[in-house]
Amino acid sequence: MKQGSTRGLPGWRFAQGVGALAGVVMAIALYMAFVYAPADALQGDVQRIFYLHVPMAWVAFLAFFVTFIGGIGYLWKRHRGWDQLARASAEIGLVFTTIVLLSGSLWGKPIWGTWWTWDARLTTTLLLWFIYLAYFMLRSYVSDPERAARYAAVLGIFGFIDVPIIYKSVDWWRTLHPGPVVSTGGAAMPGSMVVTLLVALAATTLIYAYMLYQRFWIERTKDEIADYHYRLYERQLAREMREGASV
Amino acid sequence: MRRELGRIYAVAWKDLLSEIRTKEMFGGMAVFALLTIITFNFAFDLTGVDRAASGAGALWVAISFAAMLGLGRSIAVERDRGSLDGLLLCPVDRGVLYLGKLLSNLIFILLVEAISVPVFGALYDLPIYRPTLLLGLLLGTIGFAGIGTLFAVMASTTRAREILFPVLLFPVAVPVVIATVRVASMTLSGTTGDVGRWLNLLVGFDVVFLTIAFLVFDRIVEE
Repeated sequence: MKQGSTRGLPGWRFAQGVGALAGVVMAIALYMAFVYAPADALQGDVQRIFYLHVPMAWVAFLAFFVTFIGGIGYLWKRHRGWDQLARASAEIGLVFTTIVLLSGSLWGKPIWGTWWTWDARLTTTLLLWFIYLAYFMLRSYVSDPERAARYAAVLGIFGFIDVPIIYKSVDWWRTLHPGPVVSTGGAAMPGSMVVTLLVALAATTLIYAYMLYQRFWIERTKDEIADYHYRLYERQLAREMREGASV
Repeated sequence: MRRELGRIYAVAWKDLLSEIRTKEMFGGMAVFALLTIITFNFAFDLTGVDRAASGAGALWVAISFAAMLGLGRSIAVERDRGSLDGLLLCPVDRGVLYLGKLLSNLIFILLVEAISVPVFGALYDLPIYRPTLLLGLLLGTIGFAGIGTLFAVMASTTRAREILFPVLLFPVAVPVVIATVRVASMTLSGTTGDVGRWLNLLVGFDVVFLTIAFLVFDRIVEE
């Protein structure tokens, strides 16, 4: 195995294909977002941030769903692989959520006249971000990796189930965010915008899949290295005890 | 079923008895809640006509902060004195232990509320003895204590548990905070239109989260 790469691992060739495809589709999505799609009649070019913002939000949600499934799988089967999957996915989800929050703010300033508003979607996304930040804090504060995996699984399950409840409660509280743009029968958006959005969604999903593969194997390798360290330590301890006994 | 209830009661009674003898937690929680209510007086203008809306928030913040202190403490002492190991050795279902700890935590928080809510009503001259407000507080407290008990057990084995516990608890408890504050402020300001919807949300939250907490609790405490 070449140093510093995942070459030779199961599914490597397929993952490389996914990565290359992600690059190509992303290039197409960028072209479409900046050239092909028309400028919005009301918002102008600012609206183009939407082709980054919306796919990132959807895929972040997908990532947290994978963490949720990984958590259930770990608590049920107790196989480390489930936890490695949950970890890898939560990390990508957290990064994507950060991008969603920042890109939304950039769009909100010129359109709404403010960086932030306490609307249902915004508040829910921010809380989602905090829950998964707590997810990684929890992991790093627990020294036993097996226990960290169990605790993180529980938080991943609670956090994901909480999202619709948070959304509902903030929605009743107050709301301002533009409604779902795609499900309104297509009349709200010209076809070229919908196609651009779908291509951007495909690109983001492919990037997620490729990153998930890489992160998963990095987490796996980290665990293996930790195991080796532990075994080395044990062996050294045993040797020291033997030497101590012979003296 | 009867036997399980007896066991839940036994776990909760152990905590109450230890509190009666040591008087460690309750006094601190109650005084802290009152101090928070009084501090809000300096932060917001709670004398004007809109005090019904902001006062409800101040009350719940005071209660949830005091509850957080108590929840963290009630689990931390079990760890520090090794009594959690004793509990885990008991030949009972782990869910029973969870419900027992939840019951004793709930009793402590409700006692704190029994003191701080009337004081709050008197200090800010608000009519707090309304059934919907009290029902909202009760349901909110159940939900908050329900996840709080579980997360406190998780946080108690970690480094820096006092810091981690609120970081885990507060984002997940947001629906409880919003719903409880809404119910209270609507009741206090006399607009009772949507109160039923918020109470439903609280019931739903309590049922869903207590069920999951009950199910996963034995995964949390196994050593």
